[in-house]
Amino acid sequence: MKRAGFTTVWLPVALLLPQLSIIAIFFYWPAGWAVQSSFYLQDPFGFGSTFVGLDNYTDLGRNTEYLRIAWFTVIYTCLVTFFSLAIALLLAVKADKVIRGARTYRTLLMWVYAVAPPVAGFMGIMFFDQRTGPITDLFQTVGSDFKLGVNYTDTATAMVIAAVWKQIPVNFIFFLSGLQSIPKSVNEAAIIDNRSATGRFWQVTFPLLAPTTFFLLIINITYALFDTFGIIDTLLKGEPGNNPMTLVYKVFLDGFRGNDLGGSSAQSVILMVLVLILTVFQFRLIERRIHYT
Amino acid sequence: MTGISDTFTQSKKHVARRPIKWSVVGDHAVLVAGVLLMVLPVFMVFATSSHDRIEIARTGLQFGFSDQLGVNYGKAMFEKGGFTDTVDGSLMLMNSMILGFGFAIGKIIISMMAAYAIVYFRLRFATLAFWIIFTTLLLPLEVRILPSYEAIQSLGMANTYSGLIIPLIASATGTFFFRQFFRSVPEELVEAARIDGAGPVKFFIDILVPLSRTMIAAIFIIMFVFGWNQYLWPTMITTEESMFTLVRGIKQITQGVVDSNDIPEYGQALALSIIAIIPPVLIVLFFQNWFVKGLTESDK
Repeated sequence: MKRAGFTTVWLPVALLLPQLSIIAIFFYWPAGWAVQSSFYLQDPFGFGSTFVGLDNYTDLGRNTEYLRIAWFTVIYTCLVTFFSLAIALLLAVKADKVIRGARTYRTLLMWVYAVAPPVAGFMGIMFFDQRTGPITDLFQTVGSDFKLGVNYTDTATAMVIAAVWKQIPVNFIFFLSGLQSIPKSVNEAAIIDNRSATGRFWQVTFPLLAPTTFFLLIINITYALFDTFGIIDTLLKGEPGNNPMTLVYKVFLDGFRGNDLGGSSAQSVILMVLVLILTVFQFRLIERRIHYT
Repeated sequence: MTGISDTFTQSKKHVARRPIKWSVVGDHAVLVAGVLLMVLPVFMVFATSSHDRIEIARTGLQFGFSDQLGVNYGKAMFEKGGFTDTVDGSLMLMNSMILGFGFAIGKIIISMMAAYAIVYFRLRFATLAFWIIFTTLLLPLEVRILPSYEAIQSLGMANTYSGLIIPLIASATGTFFFRQFFRSVPEELVEAARIDGAGPVKFFIDILVPLSRTMIAAIFIIMFVFGWNQYLWPTMITTEESMFTLVRGIKQITQGVVDSNDIPEYGQALALSIIAIIPPVLIVLFFQNWFVKGLTESDK
């Protein structure tokens, strides 16, 4: 709040009202409803529901399929986060270094940000097509028979590649802006101390980028968990079968296709807790954001 | 005279001929590889969208162009499709525009108002309001998708534009962004405005809004792209085909490509994907600097 704020009472209330009412109707009500129905067992034909306490949660804990999906989500998130961060960092370092064409490179590397995830998924279908896909051909030349939608690992690979491709631009933009905010004098001083460019990068530049990297880590985990839904749904062509999927996709499947309201709500609540932990972590990070300069 | 100019250019050439720095060449090679990685897939989709469906079915994605560009894009834009034969590309394009603009504008207005109230007024429950709003950052729509759908259903807002747009606005990203920006506006400004007799409404409209122009532009671009690219929510809330957005329509297209017994309309499907990509990409490209600013400053 500003020190010299206005003291009118009705105006701020009126200003806050639209946002607060939207949040109440479309956020708190649904969220509360999810928590509540996670304790109930819904009749499959829609005739009422019975209170079952924590049964929905314990069922999930015993459900091997759910645990398998959870485990896959962890691996998937790690892979997507690692590769999209690593590739973006490499490109950002190079784009920061070159003098000629730096702006053109920046433009060409970042515009994929605007491509919608399901479009990326559809492109994946074309590229990983069993007969004609260029990437399938590529795999064939190394002797691997790539079968999207049939083979578990192959489908997972396609999902990771599409998700990484889509996420590189965001990471690139943040890394580049992080690199550009490092003062020139620091780099010059480092050049005097250490002649090896690689050594300079790991000892000086990378630690200076730590705040950006931590921030991006959270962003990427959230992206892999939630925003890749469009990619996964298109790549699986709406036929999950035995294919790999993430926890969010499972919530959607159980709730909409399987009509398991209680189980789906319990899964939602588990995800809510997960995001809560991530966000608290993120806020603490922003508060304590390390500034070297 | 010619001799002099000759020797001049020669000496210039001599100066310019420095030893090639292989590290610089390597940097450029990495960047070019990166650019190819990002650009080539979309380019191939674009090139292939100019081919005949039979050819695409036989040989897959192409590097070169063919002569079916107009035909495919014409079909994608104006040929009615879907189960009810009511939806074509131009209608989906319009729906996407409504979603993109409606979401971005609605979000900016609502979050600016809320942020103004939180930052500039001495309000007893300001902190409470702040926390009520910021809790929403914790739960992305994907997590509470089922109950949100139920809420929309019971309000009778399924298959309406307001049902499509308003629930998406219910997150605090915009408010958070404007709050940070307003806090960085110098305190003296509001003091001076009050001395000059400006009320809160006048200060907001005549001083604060013009001052936030760049911020508004930046957040508009991000929000437009975000709204345009929404997938899960439109998939659930729009069951009538006349309400489909382009990104939502992609699912229908892929379904068609997978299910059809005939040779699928690859060309048309790829053309529609390109149409779905173009508007947000153009906005990001044209307003690059604002976009980057908005993206990288929203995290502070």
